Formats: sequence, C-alpha cells, structure tokens
Amino acid sequence: MSLVSDLTSSRELLANLTRREVKGKYKRTALGQLWSLVNPLAQMVIFTAVFSFILRMQPAPGDPSGLDVFALWLLCALLPWAFFTNVVNGGMGSIVGNENLIKKVAFPRVTLPVSNALSVGFTWSLEMLVLLVALVVAGAAAWMWVPAVVVAMVVLLAFALGVSLMLSIANVYFRDTQHFVGILLQAWFYATPIVYPVSLVAEQSEKIGPLFGSVTLLDLYRLNPMERFSEVFRNLLYDNRWPSLESSLMCLGWAVLSLGVGAYVFRRHQTKLAEAL
Amino acid sequence: MSPVAVSVDDVTKKFRVYHERNQTLKAAVMRGRRSVYEDFHALDGVSFEIPEGSTFGLVGDNGSGKSTLLKCMARILYPDSGSVVTNGRVAALLEVGSGFHPELSGRDNVYLNGSILGMTRPEIERKFDQIVDFSGVEQFIDQPVKNYSSGMYVRLGFAVAIHVDPEILLVDEVLAVGDAAFQEKCTEKFVEFRREGRTVVVVSHSMPSLRSMCDQVAWLEHGKLVETGEATPILQRYLDSTRTDAVTGADGQVRWGTGEARLDKVEVLHDGRPVEAVRTGDEVSIRLRYTATERIEKPVFGLAIESHDGVYLWANNTRDAKYSVDAIEGTGVVECRIPRLALQPGRFQVLASIVDSTTTHVFDYVREAAWVAVEFGDPVESGGYLALDGRWS
Repeated sequence: MSLVSDLTSSRELLANLTRREVKGKYKRTALGQLWSLVNPLAQMVIFTAVFSFILRMQPAPGDPSGLDVFALWLLCALLPWAFFTNVVNGGMGSIVGNENLIKKVAFPRVTLPVSNALSVGFTWSLEMLVLLVALVVAGAAAWMWVPAVVVAMVVLLAFALGVSLMLSIANVYFRDTQHFVGILLQAWFYATPIVYPVSLVAEQSEKIGPLFGSVTLLDLYRLNPMERFSEVFRNLLYDNRWPSLESSLMCLGWAVLSLGVGAYVFRRHQTKLAEAL
Repeated sequence: MSPVAVSVDDVTKKFRVYHERNQTLKAAVMRGRRSVYEDFHALDGVSFEIPEGSTFGLVGDNGSGKSTLLKCMARILYPDSGSVVTNGRVAALLEVGSGFHPELSGRDNVYLNGSILGMTRPEIERKFDQIVDFSGVEQFIDQPVKNYSSGMYVRLGFAVAIHVDPEILLVDEVLAVGDAAFQEKCTEKFVEFRREGRTVVVVSHSMPSLRSMCDQVAWLEHGKLVETGEATPILQRYLDSTRTDAVTGADGQVRWGTGEARLDKVEVLHDGRPVEAVRTGDEVSIRLRYTATERIEKPVFGLAIESHDGVYLWANNTRDAKYSVDAIEGTGVVECRIPRLALQPGRFQVLASIVDSTTTHVFDYVREAAWVAVEFGDPVESGGYLALDGRWS
C-alpha cells in the first residue's frame, strides 16, 4: 500500500477533493475567490506600516534588479510563508475534520492532506501571479525567473506537505497539536527573515561572536528551513539572481526529509485512523 | 462450490476500551504514560467464506461484531490478525451521503461522492442521469445540498452509492431510508444485483428482510462465529436463541411468551373434524384453544404457515383481519377459516401466537403448533409451495 500508488490511482478523487476545497471555501461570500488575495494584501499593508514606516526597516535594494520597495520585498517572503502555514494548518485538520468520511468510506486517506496542500497551492499560485505582475510593473525582470520560481514552489509544497502529513496524524492522537502548532507557527514567523532582513541577525551574531567552537548565532539561525526558502524566493523574485547552491540544496534536503518522514508516519498510521478517531 | 467472493480467515480485531484516555498533551504529561485501557475482542478468530453471487447476511445481537466485520471487509478497519480477502470491486453502503459538501450543488456532490466511492469521471458522466433519476431530486440538482430535506439528501447519497457497480456490495441497515416508493426502488435494485450474479453482504436486525433476501448467513455472538450456512434454519435458531424465555417442549416444540394466556391446542379442521392431512383447494379451519389465567383486553391471535424446510409462507392475525376480540378470560376457542387452501402438496407447520393489542408483547408463541400434510387435490400444479390456480389462454 504505498502512498504513491494510492495517489496515482486516485487522481480523480484528488482533483475532485481539491475542487471541493477551492470551491467550497469562499462560497456565499461577496468577494468569493478574491478573499484569498485580500488576506496577504491586508498583512502586507499592516507589516509595511509597522516595519517600514514606523520601525524604518530598510532592506538592501534588490541586487541586481535595483528594486527598493519594502512592500514587494516583504511579499516575496510573506506569500511563501502564508502558503506554508495554510498547508500546515489545513492539513493538520484534514483528518480530524473528515472524521465522518474516514469512519464510513474506504478510500486512500492520504488524498485528504494532499488535496488540502493542492488547493492551498492553487490559491497561492494566483497570489504569486499577482505579485509577479506587481514586480514587473515595479521594474523587476521577474518573468525570466518564472520557471525557477515554479520549481521552488514545488519544493516548498513538498516540504509543507511532509510537515502536514506528520501533524495530521499527531492531531488525531493529541488534539492539542493544533493549538500548540498555532503558537509554534507564530514564533517561527518571527524566527524567519520575513519582516526584517537577515543582515540584522548577522550583525547581532557578529557582535556576540562564536557561541561554541566556530558555531555562530547566524549558523543556528540558518538551520531554520523557512529561512532558506525565504532567501531563495527573494533571490529569484526580488533580486532576480540565482540563489546560492548551498541554500537551494538545503531547501531540497529539507523537503526530501520532511516528505520522507511525513510519508513514513502517515503510512504507519493510516490503517488505524478509523478506530482512533 | 462456486468461487469465493469474500474469504474471512481467522480474523481477530481488538479495540481498546479506554478507562482514561489521554487525548490531550496535558493528560499525557501529567500521568506520564499514554493511557489506561483494556482490550476488547470485537472479533475473535472468525472464519468463513462468502460464495460469489450469494446474498449473505450477518446476524447477531448488538455488539456481536457484525458491523466491525463489515468494516473490515470494506477496508475501513484492519484486522489485528487474520485476513479478509475480497475478489472484485467492493462498495460499502455504511452511511450514505457522507462526504457531501453542504455548500456545493447536488451535481458537484454527485461527482465528488462518486469519486470518493471509486468511480471515474467518465463513468459518473455516463451514469449521471440514472443517478439523478433514481434519487428523484432532478429539480434541485443544481441547488446546494444543504437546502435539501434529509430525505432528499439520503436518497441522493444512496443513488450515488448504488450506481458504483460493485461486484461485492456491503450494506449496513441503510435500506430503511426514504418513503415507501423509494424503498421499493431500492429493493428492486437489490433484486437486480442478485440477478446479475453480484454478491451482497447485509448486516441487519430486520428478520423479515433478512429472511426474504439472504440465501446464506453467518451468526456472530460476542465476536465469535456461532454458525454459518443456509439462511433459514440459522435465522430460526438465532431468533429462538434471542427469546431467553423460550422453552423447548418434550416434543421438540419451541415456545415463549409471558404466559398470561397460553395456547392449549392448535388443530387443523376439515368438515368440522380435526385432521392431519388435507387436499389442495379444501376449505380448512385452524382452531386455537387457549386458557387465559387472567383477563386480557384486546388480545390479538396470530397464525403463520411455514413449509417443512422453513420458508415463511403466510401469516395472518386478528388485528390485521379486523376481527377484534374484546377480552379473554378462562378457556376459549378462536377459529380461522381458509376457504380454499392454496398450498401445493407437502408438509407444512402452523405457528400460532397470542400477543397484546400492540403485537409487541407476547403472551404465548408456539412454533410447530401443528403439522399438516397437504395431498393432491384441486388444482394440480407443477411445483413450488403455492397453488395459485393459474389459467392459460
């Protein structure tokens, strides 16, 4: 019962479930699908007001693009982050939320978290498209980097999916997981250079010096997978240059690890879900 | 022996009965261990085979493990040991309409539900009209299903499920949905299923529907298989066993009831005399002699006939026949007259009962209250149990 064969044999179910999530989410709202754009826009306005206007955060201009717009710089990392949290939160609840279905119908359970990730990925793609247009209008040569961005998006999707697979199972056994993860994600948000540039952390790290051996604060800080993803997305979209090989490989490595562990955990527990719920 | 559709091999399923379940992290940390539980054997070494093309019933009391077994066949639960092997596409009707999204239209939900149940898109497209037609909700198919009445909801769910075209259909007491017309459609669909040689596995508490549908049953008790085989005798034994006050008389007669009124004797009469044999087409009467130890208001007398091999052929009671008995006390006699006995030659048993006006409280129920042999009379027909006096033209 491999998860991959489960997924390939139920492509249509996956498509239908994804459609259900996308279609059902904004039913009976006046703005409909536009809501998925309103959220990041609102966040952008708030963060720009607080961090750019009040706190005078000044990230370095895009190199070599020469862009110097805080809102765009922010969005290049904020949108991937929002996608990540949505996949994790949605995926975590996907098993518990479909209790009825799992107890009464036999179908590949893995389609639930995967369809969640895909539906969030769909709305994320729309957001990214809007961002892309904005970047081009602002003068970035972002079009050329679209293929690379798509690859990065797929890698992030894999990473987020892996995490959500683990948590979806954990949440069945411990319902606290979702509340706990809510707090964790908040801390994680500030531990990731989204509203501030990495350079600020580097400065502090310089001041403190090596913590033990040659390990600096920055080294520890950069263990955060989302830090690497933020860097990669910013490099591609805002700076318009290739991200460093190291960061790209780190992203890939994290994605493979997370997906591997997630799939392992999910596979071990999926047959017990009906009784555990 | 026909090929096997489902083979259940030494299946054991344990459930944890939690005394203290740590579903919260706090509980787990504070107590330092995960949970306190006991194992409960829902199924314990159950083995049997379901032949292809049969309609197979699972019977047993509540908690006997029959639904668990059905879920194991449906691959919703997995046995702890042993195996369930199914040959062919399986569809389970455990709950209909699960997986409907309330905000989506009936049309979208048909596609969604169909694919959850394992249908492909072209397949659903091909059957879409049939499904909608079957459910009878054409007018509302583009409305969100949350606006449906519960009956419409269930009907649409059932319609999707039954069009999955499985080789093996698992049903858990969902037949009791919808109005009479819809029930009839469902029954027809089941008959069609059987005719097409598909296998149907049913869990039900309804003896009449099991009796009429199943050719084989498995009887489970506390997770163990009591027996499996021909439906009628096993259903009978199961039914008898559930009557805890059932007594088996010296002559093998089985009877139960609270005993305020008892049937002393049941006789088959022809021309006013008790007889042991009658002819097809004769006028016969069945006389019930009873003794009521106390006054019973509005009792209902019932009679039934079964063939020698246990097929339930006929039943009649005074309430349905609109013959009201005001009250009985002491001994007395009631008679049921049958103007033309429409039975083919053979041996038949008469079952008799005295119940209260609601027909739920049994004062006395006697199986094999009398046996009657039917001999060739008029009309003479070729076979079966019934003599319907068919005319050709």
